[in-house]
Amino acid sequence: MPSHDVLIIGAGLAGQRAALEAAKAGASVAILSKVHPVRSHSVAAAGGINAAVKVTDSWESHAYDTVKGSDFLGDQDAIEVMCREAPGEVLHLEHIGVTFHRDETGQMDARAFGGASAKRTFYVADITGQAILHVLYEQLTKYSDQIDKYEEWFSTSLIVNEDGSCGGCIARDIRTGQMEVFNAKSTILANGGAGQIFKPTTNALICTADGMAQAYDIGAELMDMEMIQYHPTCLVSNGFLITEGARGEGAHLINGNGERFMSKYAPNKLELASRDVVSRAEQTEINEGRGAGPNKDGIYLDITVVPKKRVHEALREIVNIGKDFSGVDITKEPILIRPGQHYIMGGVRTDVDGQVPNVPGLYAAGEVACVSVHGGNRLGANSLLDTLIFGKRSGAHAAARASDISMPQAPTSRLEVDRKKLDKIIGRERTGRRISEIKDELGTTMNKNCAVYRTEENLQEQLEIVRRLKEEAKTAAIDDKGTIFNQDVLGALELEYMTKTAETIVLGAIERKESRGAQSRADFPDRDDENFLKHFTFHQGDGGPVLGEAPITFTKWEPEVRSY
Amino acid sequence: MPEYTLRIRRYNPETGAAPYWDNYTVELESHRSVLEGILQVKDRFDASIGVRCSCRAAICGSCGMTINGKAGLACHTHLSEAMARSKDGTIHVEPLGNMPVIKDLIVDMDAVHWKKINRVSPWLISGDIPEREHIVSRESMVDVTQPMACIQCGSCVGDCLAMEADPDFIGPAALAKAYRFVGDPRDVQHEQRLKDLADDPSGLYTCTHCFKCIEACPKGVAPMNQIMRLRRIAGQDHHIEDANNGERHEQAFVVLLEKYGLLDELAVVPRSYGGNGITAGKFSPKTAEQGLSSLSFLGKAVLRGKIKVSTAIRPHRLEASALAEVKKIYQDVKGREERLELNLYITGYDEDGDPQTAPAEKEGATA
Repeated sequence: MPSHDVLIIGAGLAGQRAALEAAKAGASVAILSKVHPVRSHSVAAAGGINAAVKVTDSWESHAYDTVKGSDFLGDQDAIEVMCREAPGEVLHLEHIGVTFHRDETGQMDARAFGGASAKRTFYVADITGQAILHVLYEQLTKYSDQIDKYEEWFSTSLIVNEDGSCGGCIARDIRTGQMEVFNAKSTILANGGAGQIFKPTTNALICTADGMAQAYDIGAELMDMEMIQYHPTCLVSNGFLITEGARGEGAHLINGNGERFMSKYAPNKLELASRDVVSRAEQTEINEGRGAGPNKDGIYLDITVVPKKRVHEALREIVNIGKDFSGVDITKEPILIRPGQHYIMGGVRTDVDGQVPNVPGLYAAGEVACVSVHGGNRLGANSLLDTLIFGKRSGAHAAARASDISMPQAPTSRLEVDRKKLDKIIGRERTGRRISEIKDELGTTMNKNCAVYRTEENLQEQLEIVRRLKEEAKTAAIDDKGTIFNQDVLGALELEYMTKTAETIVLGAIERKESRGAQSRADFPDRDDENFLKHFTFHQGDGGPVLGEAPITFTKWEPEVRSY
Repeated sequence: MPEYTLRIRRYNPETGAAPYWDNYTVELESHRSVLEGILQVKDRFDASIGVRCSCRAAICGSCGMTINGKAGLACHTHLSEAMARSKDGTIHVEPLGNMPVIKDLIVDMDAVHWKKINRVSPWLISGDIPEREHIVSRESMVDVTQPMACIQCGSCVGDCLAMEADPDFIGPAALAKAYRFVGDPRDVQHEQRLKDLADDPSGLYTCTHCFKCIEACPKGVAPMNQIMRLRRIAGQDHHIEDANNGERHEQAFVVLLEKYGLLDELAVVPRSYGGNGITAGKFSPKTAEQGLSSLSFLGKAVLRGKIKVSTAIRPHRLEASALAEVKKIYQDVKGREERLELNLYITGYDEDGDPQTAPAEKEGATA
């Protein structure tokens, strides 16, 4: 059975960055992912990565913007770490080969982005995530002697040692159906977000809350789960993402009456206010009857104001998306968009080294984690930064930890537990609903009841639905009885992860009776610092999720009125 | 809602049965993708169909497959577009070519695609690391963004005709990846990379310019264009004489066309092997050797009517006025200070005459 100092589950930016850092520290490393690393959802990040690289900029300014963007829910110690280390990380990426766009002097060029007080978003056209992901994979290939890659392996559960620490995972080789114990001194979760809980979502089909649910299963806390980001510019026709880079390059938002309405909501920053602010503004326009399009359920994004040559070199991907998925030439006419589920600020609670507080040996980094640097609302182009900084730090810390302890050995009976579980799912009598039906109901109801605006009534209704679906998931019907590339049985596991995680999202939203960041309660429209300037956490108890609280760390910045 | 019949190639290695076809009817608007069709089939009828997919938006590169005879991403192929290529009113969906099938629509990318990518040392080999960023031109970074746009979906590999003939051919994706480094001013191994590719008997000069990879690529990477650029840089900038005579073969074309305006097949072979000197390579020992070894090939070509002896020995010349036009093109191209290259990120699509794109940039396509 494979044994490694550091096991990394998930091979997007956080996972690959962690692997490279742990290998650099001399650790033996395994990186395991349910898809080939370059298929990871980091690939879809378009607009860029924030860092105060320019001599005219400062990390403090970046940190303040992030704190304000988080609506003062972010932990300021973690935000300081991220923003201070950002310039070094971006330069490191440039050194290993990322083809960052240059200005006329040959230095890296930066574009404007939402909620930022300076141009500090470095980019590769509008394929920044793809460019960074593929360059990290180049490095992974370069260091293949030190890093074992397990591509298309699905982690089925995390192993808990007798002393309560994490000792690796059980995983299934998707190609063969073979199951293995992966022993590890340190285990890093880097397996991404939970967007598939919502429908529509900008997230890929693989974003199914695997890491959150598996960590929660062994006692980790999930924090800030109610904080779900709706991205302001998603295609009405299918929910696909149009990068914030479009607005960064100067695109306008226009309502059904032809008005550029953002001046009402963010008189200074207009279209480049924080995402929660812009999404709320759009939703308000739509709700009050000023929507655009045949059903008045959208808003026009007008990119025609951006020079065409600039669009071709800097926004090429969305030219294709508009053409291929919406039949619109964005260089000639506005495109119909609306807010759509995009990101979860919450996740597995960690410290600034990625350590999960109550599970020694377990780390989390990237969207699966909640450090918390994003608090109530993540700034655009801070997510790539989050994955890399905390991926790197987790990798370094996990390697250091591994040098001090001996290799755990999970008993073979542990493997049997998971093997039996999967065999049982595959052997299920066909009595329940189809996985696709349950998943569809979960997604559409979450998007109705737990979206941009929320109310007690909707949330309570959604809690009932989620709890019912959580039970139904246990008997969902399976078509595929085979072992080779049985994606059906993995879908059944993913459905369990999603329903379990969705319950904490809804509970968090019910508990936070105020409006802060992405949480907008129509019945509690104001921010309430007196009662809610804190994180909510959930851990698994015998009777379901148990609510907890965690303090917010303040360093320099006191809460203030947030306006853009 | 329109109905479409998806005819999906099924193969399950566990049953021991041969591959077979399953037909399913889906209801979707015509601008929806073939992937959405397949997912509807999985959701409603049979979740055991094996297919890799994730982002649904042509960025993760998972769902490369062959759709009515053409490789591409299922998520990037509209149902209506696929139907337009249909011969029997159904949409045939098969795994990509040139790669072994694991199950249904899933192929073994590691065994072919990634193995070939690894042949180009796919990482930046840089010199001294500066304190801050490397200072490089804006154009150079925009230029390599075109090969960087490759999402490794394998569509070009699946439809590559040269690879069908020579499975060892390094292929369009790996060569586009090579250009990503050769075109990157920060890489310090350009010449070595090109030498390795030129000396590889199934490397740089195995491509036969069939354009299939350009048609298959969903991201505008245009792998064949990158291959031609690698050849130009290898030959013109680094003067790499490859063991396969690829560079001299190209030069023979260039010289003959400039001289006569038409290609003279009989003259190409000796020049390719013996060079373009005064004796035009006819007396080079290598030419004789190659001529002898080509006899059976030529004989077969004559027998099958591919070559007519009467036209082959006739002089190949354009009439004077037409030849003058050809020479004018040569003068234009040679008269430029820099070699112009087509790059979509720089020029954009030019179908509607983008006023902000200098016409000279577009002409680069023929340079």
